[in-house]
Amino acid sequence: MSKKTISFPHMGNYSIPVEYLLHHIVDANILIAPKISSRTIELGTKYSPEFVCTPFKYTLGTFIEALDMKADILIQAGGGCRYGYYSELQNQILEDLGYQFTYINLISQGKTDICKIYREFKKIDSHFHIIKALYYLFVTSKMVKYMDHVDDYIRMNIGFEIKKDSFIHANQLMLEDFKKAKGFFHLRHMYLKHFRKIKKIPIEKPSNCFKIGVIGELYTLMEPFANYDLEMILAKYGIEVKRYTNAHYLLFEKKKEVKKYLKYAREYIQYRMGADAADNIGRTKYLCTHDYDGIIHIKSSFCTPEIGAMPIINKICNQYDVPVLFFSFDANTSKVGIETRLEAFYDMIEMRRKK
Amino acid sequence: MDKIRIGIPRSIHYYYYGDLWINFFKKLDCDVIVSPRTNREIMEKGIQYANDEMCLSMKNLLGHISYLQGKCDYIIIPRIDNYGVQNQTCTNFLAIYDIVNNMFSQDILSYNIDVAHHQTEEKGFLEMGRKLGFTKKEIQRAYRDAKTFVQNKKQELIRKNIEKLNSEKEKVLLIGHPYNMYDDYIGRPIISFLEKLNVEVIYSDLFYSSITGPISKQLSRELYWKFNKESIGAIPVVQNKVDGIIFLSTFPCGPDSLVNELVMRKIHLPYINLILDDIDGRAGFETRLESFVDIMQERKRKHV
Repeated sequence: MSKKTISFPHMGNYSIPVEYLLHHIVDANILIAPKISSRTIELGTKYSPEFVCTPFKYTLGTFIEALDMKADILIQAGGGCRYGYYSELQNQILEDLGYQFTYINLISQGKTDICKIYREFKKIDSHFHIIKALYYLFVTSKMVKYMDHVDDYIRMNIGFEIKKDSFIHANQLMLEDFKKAKGFFHLRHMYLKHFRKIKKIPIEKPSNCFKIGVIGELYTLMEPFANYDLEMILAKYGIEVKRYTNAHYLLFEKKKEVKKYLKYAREYIQYRMGADAADNIGRTKYLCTHDYDGIIHIKSSFCTPEIGAMPIINKICNQYDVPVLFFSFDANTSKVGIETRLEAFYDMIEMRRKK
Repeated sequence: MDKIRIGIPRSIHYYYYGDLWINFFKKLDCDVIVSPRTNREIMEKGIQYANDEMCLSMKNLLGHISYLQGKCDYIIIPRIDNYGVQNQTCTNFLAIYDIVNNMFSQDILSYNIDVAHHQTEEKGFLEMGRKLGFTKKEIQRAYRDAKTFVQNKKQELIRKNIEKLNSEKEKVLLIGHPYNMYDDYIGRPIISFLEKLNVEVIYSDLFYSSITGPISKQLSRELYWKFNKESIGAIPVVQNKVDGIIFLSTFPCGPDSLVNELVMRKIHLPYINLILDDIDGRAGFETRLESFVDIMQERKRKHV
């Protein structure tokens, strides 16, 4: 029997750890779908329901591109809002389009059914070994942690680099090396080595630089194509960017952090509000009270939990007198419009500083 | 002492708990004020308050709350998380209490339903009654009486709804949330227009949820929204007896956008998907419904 080909949706740089994990645990070809482009979103929009949130369209488009490249196993996860229901509808849509494939859903009905996933992987590769899989799962989780840690550092300093693109270049080198990691200790060694190098990259950072917090819906935050490289545009203005949401946070920290946020912002919210809405309200209060110059809230259009959070975020920012900019990204948003709005926002915070 | 005045917005939650609340608070000797049927004015108020991407039903609720503001001591807005692990609700139901609490300065009477974490409806009512200063015994008695009354009434409605299946007229299953179907601004005009066309309308929410919940697995295995489960669960129950299906949802309803799309791909009956928004344009719907009824009649004639 010929080898199967596995593919999965993109989100930022996280295709690297996912590829690493799959490569080590199953004997199959791993197809990295082409980077999200305007063709992806076009394909996705064409076959999606009318007012579904944009991540659905992006992932559906990626799947179609992967299937066109002869993938026969697709992997999708699920989450707390509408995201949990993506898999079943995407499966149906792709089947109706006439593709032949197996669809593996890692989280169904809000729970991970380990036995089911084990059976699925056993079907792909009869040598699939659970202990080995658990070990590499651990290594991958560490890889995600290291990536996010380095990313956080880069995000704070990329606007002030002296030589252009030096951070991006160093980060690329690190990710290339991560792909070759033999095990946990090897990975940690490489992380320490590269992080030391990245820290040595010369920067010119004024002590009173502008600081902006970026909050919002998770997919739009983490996929640069979905937010039209918002962070890079901010970096060009020489702004230090703080972003909380990353894969490590969502996978390992969210559960206990949410409770902290609820306690911290208890004059505004009493209950969880689905997905990251409660977290974002807590973060808004934190950013407002910690001398940030502005807050940018981004989401894909029709993201229900964030729509609920927006009036409350607006209220907090009004009370603390901190400017806030709301973006709702759609497949049809133009980059120029975003740049103009960001420029105006930057001018405003600059003027406020002078006062 | 004056009686406590409780305001009930005639929107989203009213169509699930309205009768229960009214009976409960009357038994406890409170004054109950229900906001009037939705009209253009209330809707416009809601649109003014709401974020422009909120769904029409949310805008509607905010409109009703703004009407009640200042006219009562408390407005009742529950927060519903889930009815068990696999019976969740739309995230708007999770967030509504906090949204309203931040938007309006009115005192809010609220309770939390989170069955997965042992927060049941009865506990919620106890909490609510205690806040108003009643004893446990009084609350429990009022709750039990109200619950029995509501259950009897619901059974009567369900019986009537199922009886309609024997009618000779064209029968159509209306799938949607009760707060959309029975709202005087959203669903009522459509239902009365259908009745004018001599069509029997069968409501998806008036079936036994113990039947429709599990049977919805036939159409969607992974569905975890309780209200959607119950409404699409009506399809397998009646699909041999009705001539067509109407999907009614508001723009941009989160769960409906996915579930209805999936169901439409699986059913073999004529269907029509009506999405209502805050732009007034009922004439377009009337034309679409007329031609839909024509299709149903034509199909019926061929089969006979």
